[in-house]
Amino acid sequence: MFTYYLDLALRSLSRNKALTALMVLAIALGIGACMTTLTVLHVLSGDPLPGKSAQLYYPQLDPRDMDGYQPGGDPPSQVTWIDGMNLLHAKRADRQALMTGGAVPVQPAQSAIEPFFENARYTTADFFPMFDVPMLYGRAWSAADDEGSARVAVISRKLNDKLFQGRDSTGQTLRMNDVAFRVIGVLDQWRMSPHFYDLNSGNYAEDEGVYVPLTTAKDMKLARNGSTDCWGKGSDPDHMDTAPCVWLQFWVQLDTPAKAAAYKQFLVHYSQEQKALGRFQRPPNVRLPDVMGWLDYNKVVPGDVRLQAWLALGFLLVCLVNTVGLMLAKFLRRSSELGVRRALGASRREVFMQLLVESGVIGLTGGIAGLLLALLGLWLVRKQPSDYAALAHLDLPMLLTTFLLAVGATLLAGLLPAWRACQVTPALQLKSN
Amino acid sequence: MSTDIGPIVSTLRRHRTTAWLLVLEIALTCAIVCNAVFLIGQRLDRVNMPSGVAEQELVQIQLGDLAAGKDRYARAQEDMALLRQVPGVQSVAITNQVPFGGSSSNSNLRIDPSQHDPVANAATYLGENLPQTLGTRLVAGRKLAPGDYVNADVAVDALNRGRTEGLPTVAVITRALAERLWPGQEPLGRMVYLTDKAGVRVVGVLDTLVRPNAYRDATAQYAVILPLHMGADKDESYLLRTRPQDRQRVLAAAVAALHKADPQRVVTRKRTFAEVRQEFFRSDREMAGTLVGVCIALLTVTALGIVGLASFWVSQRRRTIGVRRALGATRADILRYFQTENFLLATAGIVLGMVLAYGLNLFLMAHYELPRLPIGYLPAGALALWLLGQLAVLGPALRAAEVPPVVATRSA
Repeated sequence: MFTYYLDLALRSLSRNKALTALMVLAIALGIGACMTTLTVLHVLSGDPLPGKSAQLYYPQLDPRDMDGYQPGGDPPSQVTWIDGMNLLHAKRADRQALMTGGAVPVQPAQSAIEPFFENARYTTADFFPMFDVPMLYGRAWSAADDEGSARVAVISRKLNDKLFQGRDSTGQTLRMNDVAFRVIGVLDQWRMSPHFYDLNSGNYAEDEGVYVPLTTAKDMKLARNGSTDCWGKGSDPDHMDTAPCVWLQFWVQLDTPAKAAAYKQFLVHYSQEQKALGRFQRPPNVRLPDVMGWLDYNKVVPGDVRLQAWLALGFLLVCLVNTVGLMLAKFLRRSSELGVRRALGASRREVFMQLLVESGVIGLTGGIAGLLLALLGLWLVRKQPSDYAALAHLDLPMLLTTFLLAVGATLLAGLLPAWRACQVTPALQLKSN
Repeated sequence: MSTDIGPIVSTLRRHRTTAWLLVLEIALTCAIVCNAVFLIGQRLDRVNMPSGVAEQELVQIQLGDLAAGKDRYARAQEDMALLRQVPGVQSVAITNQVPFGGSSSNSNLRIDPSQHDPVANAATYLGENLPQTLGTRLVAGRKLAPGDYVNADVAVDALNRGRTEGLPTVAVITRALAERLWPGQEPLGRMVYLTDKAGVRVVGVLDTLVRPNAYRDATAQYAVILPLHMGADKDESYLLRTRPQDRQRVLAAAVAALHKADPQRVVTRKRTFAEVRQEFFRSDREMAGTLVGVCIALLTVTALGIVGLASFWVSQRRRTIGVRRALGATRADILRYFQTENFLLATAGIVLGMVLAYGLNLFLMAHYELPRLPIGYLPAGALALWLLGQLAVLGPALRAAEVPPVVATRSA
């Protein structure tokens, strides 16, 4: 019976080509716009480290003086050098890493490549295992390298391709800031989006090209990039280790919720202790968001992207209403034909099914066309210069969503016209002719 | 015309569901388009935010050292002397930040060092020769003079030691900031405090100077300039003023001169100020473009929907039209019939659309810090949809008018 209905549907659709094209186009445009914007939203609000992110936490403390104190206010978004080092050495978490962004001048050995500045991350040994950073060659540095301010560097695959033509460069010398570093590891392809561990570099910034121990970077006064928030006597670029400024990010890995609760308790005790010592002045104000909590708090997904998704949904709604109206007009126009079928013994249910198949065909065609439009839309998004543009790709879940959305939406849209049209009274329709 | 309304309403009654769907479509389109056009206006306003500087005459250069070492202050003076020699350069400044640059340095300002809460947060421009090079107009007081300047490291050291000696003592501020700090009063000669020790006397007021992080209209013009000699550093910028037509040439010549003077340096950024503005407002421009696209798409779909539905009704009523023509109705009568029908449907859609537009605006106000939709957008939106409806229905209505009276005598 289905093939017969399909045949009827195709005949009916080809009778009114312009109208059929109009309905398919409206659905395709609506679905295409929705899928493009929802995919961008989905990609941007995604979990950067699925399976791991719930165990990664970002401790926040409030080391500021009483100037401008408001009870219940938010603690700063970064930590001071002193607190960062204290928490790092306390080793109360399963893993912990202290870090900041920077930029280093790279002086390639080959004269063919002009010296250039590369984005860098100055961090501590646990960074690599904690964030599941994949290594292509060699290894990351150890806690001993951190202690000894070793002149070692880990570089990204992209930088390795640029400087060493993709060969295993471990053991090679890399000149940065006029100092020779030994390359000990090369990362495999790695990009965290959002760039959750340091949002100061841009919410969807690319990952850094060079990784150097934090203590080494401090010894060599490598240039920092990022935000610095100071109070009291303010910033002192030459003595950032004692300046009353927050400028470092500190991440911990806590494998169970119980450990997280215990760690939060530890942070409160630490704050009290620092207050007793006179370093902190405010009452303890600690937070311990996990990765997704931290991204939420920072409202990482651009408001415009959400707005675009709402707009696209509105547009899809208009397209659907449009199609429902046209389909209804079309089905009602065929009342006499349907009346004949009813009179010849077709049940109301069979007529309903027949009409639903017809609307399903439109939905399916519109959905497929919409998918193609979405691919075109995403390609256009990728051409934009925003830092998240390159991330806009359709993945399998979104592909399935498109398909379901398209067919579901049109079947739903087909329900009303089909139901209205199958209400015809056979006798009345036959009589009027 | 009035005689038509009765029959039209009774016909529409028989196509109640279809008519309501068209009304709903027009209403949704009306609501979304009204709000989208409003949003476009907002974005365009932002994109055209005044900077107060000679945008068409400025270029920016940032440099980074491959190796640290030389005296940064001497170096900055050498660089500026060198840049002044570049043909076409009218003025050279060094600054810690540029208007619309995004990355910013800000201070909490107090008008009394013992105040608990700061009065305003303002962008703190540190550098040399800034107002002159930027071309921002001084409306009161005097310019910063050579005697006002201190070295940045001396100032930082004084702050750290809690001493006032070595700190800059004067500043120029924008008119908007002066009005925020001392509403309705004369700002010249008053003290403003960056910390409880660092107080500076206002000696000049600038007409406008936008901050690097101009994300909110209300505080976009809050800026202060302190007279500091800055050291050459990767975060500092050189700004060059030149004639608009010379910008690209000057930029290239300046970079070449700097490179020649010391090959151990890398230019990390070189751009015209027009590019600075372009980059800062990129997302607003993109959003405005998207909204324009959405409006066009919505109006097109709605227009095509009207055409499709009207065509249906015309072909469905061919016989009725024929009868009316046979009974003496003119072509103009038939044409007017369909135009009136569309007008009624559009009117119903617009009325419903106004309510929806208002609701949508409330939703946007709650989520996107938008102001209320000005009432003027509603009649404009209504007019646009009426026009759209009449244009869309014209084709089918003309076809209806062409139906010959003889159709009445044929069986359907």
